[in-house]
Amino acid sequence: MPEYEPVIGMECHAELLTESKMFCGCANQFGGEPNTRCCPVCLGMPGSLPVTNRKAVEHVIRTALALNCTVASRARFDRKNYFYPDLPKGYQISQYDNPIGASGWLDIEVNGQKKRIHIRRVHLEEDTGKLFHTVGNESYVDLNRAGVPLMEIVTEFPPDIHSTAEARAYLMKLRAILTYLEVCDGKMEQGSLRCEPNVSLRPVGAAAYGTKTEIKNLNSFRAVQRGIEYELERQASLLNHGEKVVQETRGWNEARQATFAQRSKEVEQEYRYFPEPDLLPLDITPQWIEEIRASLPELPDARHARFVEQYGISNADAAQLTETRSLADYYEQTAGAADPRAAANWIMGDLSRILNAQSLDIANSPVSSPHLAVMINMIERGDISGKLGKTLLERMAATGENPQTLAQREGLVVLRDTVALEAALDSVLAENSAIVSDIVEKGLVNKRGFLVGQVMKATQGKADPRDVNKLLDEKLSRKN
Amino acid sequence: MPLTTEEVRRVALLARMELPEEELASQAQHLNTLLQHVEILQKLNVEGVEPTSHPLPPVNTLRNDEKRPSLAREEALANAPEARDGCFAVPRIVEDNAS
Ligand SMILES: [Zn+2]
Repeated sequence: MPEYEPVIGMECHAELLTESKMFCGCANQFGGEPNTRCCPVCLGMPGSLPVTNRKAVEHVIRTALALNCTVASRARFDRKNYFYPDLPKGYQISQYDNPIGASGWLDIEVNGQKKRIHIRRVHLEEDTGKLFHTVGNESYVDLNRAGVPLMEIVTEFPPDIHSTAEARAYLMKLRAILTYLEVCDGKMEQGSLRCEPNVSLRPVGAAAYGTKTEIKNLNSFRAVQRGIEYELERQASLLNHGEKVVQETRGWNEARQATFAQRSKEVEQEYRYFPEPDLLPLDITPQWIEEIRASLPELPDARHARFVEQYGISNADAAQLTETRSLADYYEQTAGAADPRAAANWIMGDLSRILNAQSLDIANSPVSSPHLAVMINMIERGDISGKLGKTLLERMAATGENPQTLAQREGLVVLRDTVALEAALDSVLAENSAIVSDIVEKGLVNKRGFLVGQVMKATQGKADPRDVNKLLDEKLSRKN
Repeated sequence: MPLTTEEVRRVALLARMELPEEELASQAQHLNTLLQHVEILQKLNVEGVEPTSHPLPPVNTLRNDEKRPSLAREEALANAPEARDGCFAVPRIVEDNAS
């Protein structure tokens, strides 16, 4: 059987972070009571007229610049015509042949290998409403989301992405850029960032592309990855059995971890695009573009490189810590006040485990970055042991309190009382006289660790192992 | 090239217009008259002329990103043929036949 090469295109939609909708003043928010953020414009009432939200246009220009696109000097809105209950006007205002941004790229890294992924276009449109399916013979429509500004980002054809890992890396990088720019919150579970990959296979070395399928309903990074993997396997199996791949849209079913052919919306899609007569073309002056360019923040790649340089952390750690802006901000605040490597380890280790367990974003961390820095410094000074630090962090997460206050109150500070430590050590030595003689008489020094461990246990981990070792040395040398 | 009745049937479907079978021929003829006007315009030499997508000069009419009050829900739903639980109710839509 031939070896196949995956060919993957990515079409992503990002809901833009604005106060109001794309063409009306209704609030742009997630959730809430259905149909409470609607007006004649976003309901598609006859006679209502759209007025474009400047912020939304600027968000798309920002994104286009960050993705190294050419920004059009004149962009235009077009009508995409189709009928569906979540689209009140019977058309979606979108951009067809004059998108705001075109011909850009972003860089990814997979297994240490850098790769440039080209982007065909970045355009602005409006989101549709939401449909709910009930058990009965009706569906319900909520139009709160109708008219929310939506940005579409499409990769270039022929596609640069040839594996699931590359598709994932592309999506991660795109999300990072969008969150750094603060144009989208990047929440895939809430649908504010959506991704529809199109996937095909061709024999390795073949020039022609295979038939592609498009995958929808992918609500998490994991779903995107699993959906593409599933589709690649399904297509390979079809081809290996001499069958054909049918060009279609397939929905990801999370419960079954499989894709299924979706019933098409129309016999054959035909959107009959034409220029939106209710809106004037957009004139994007060089001055406007330069103003926006000047306001761009430090982007993930630049921040990644700086973290390695400035804080001396590894390439892999810097990659992980710059995945979202809130994580990178949190790290930077901690690393500014404590050892940067220790900060990286605590944030990616114990803190992220605590946050994951409670499904919390780092931006809402119950442990503030100044508190984490104080805790790291306490360990550095030997005020608490690293092991007790883990316990302390759990307590900090549970209470939100200052680590110093907490450690004092809960007795997590290091035992500095040498009399108590000596007493604990003496009783351990008395109980383990056989081991003591093994060490002193037979020179089996590797048994020292056991004694240290016993003292730590006797002091509930509150002793400083360095103190214990020192004291143990003194005692053993006296017995010699 | 005049429109065939088959094309008229398809355009009617896309526009969700219910055209009785006996009207197809007369509608085709009607639409063809309109298209003939466009054909005359297409004979013009427009080389070097930029396409006009809008009769007004391109002046950006943008609004600031400010919230304004929305309609009360009862008002938003007032024209709906059917409403249930604060939502527009429509005939059941089946999107994913495997869920
Ligand atoms: Zn509205």
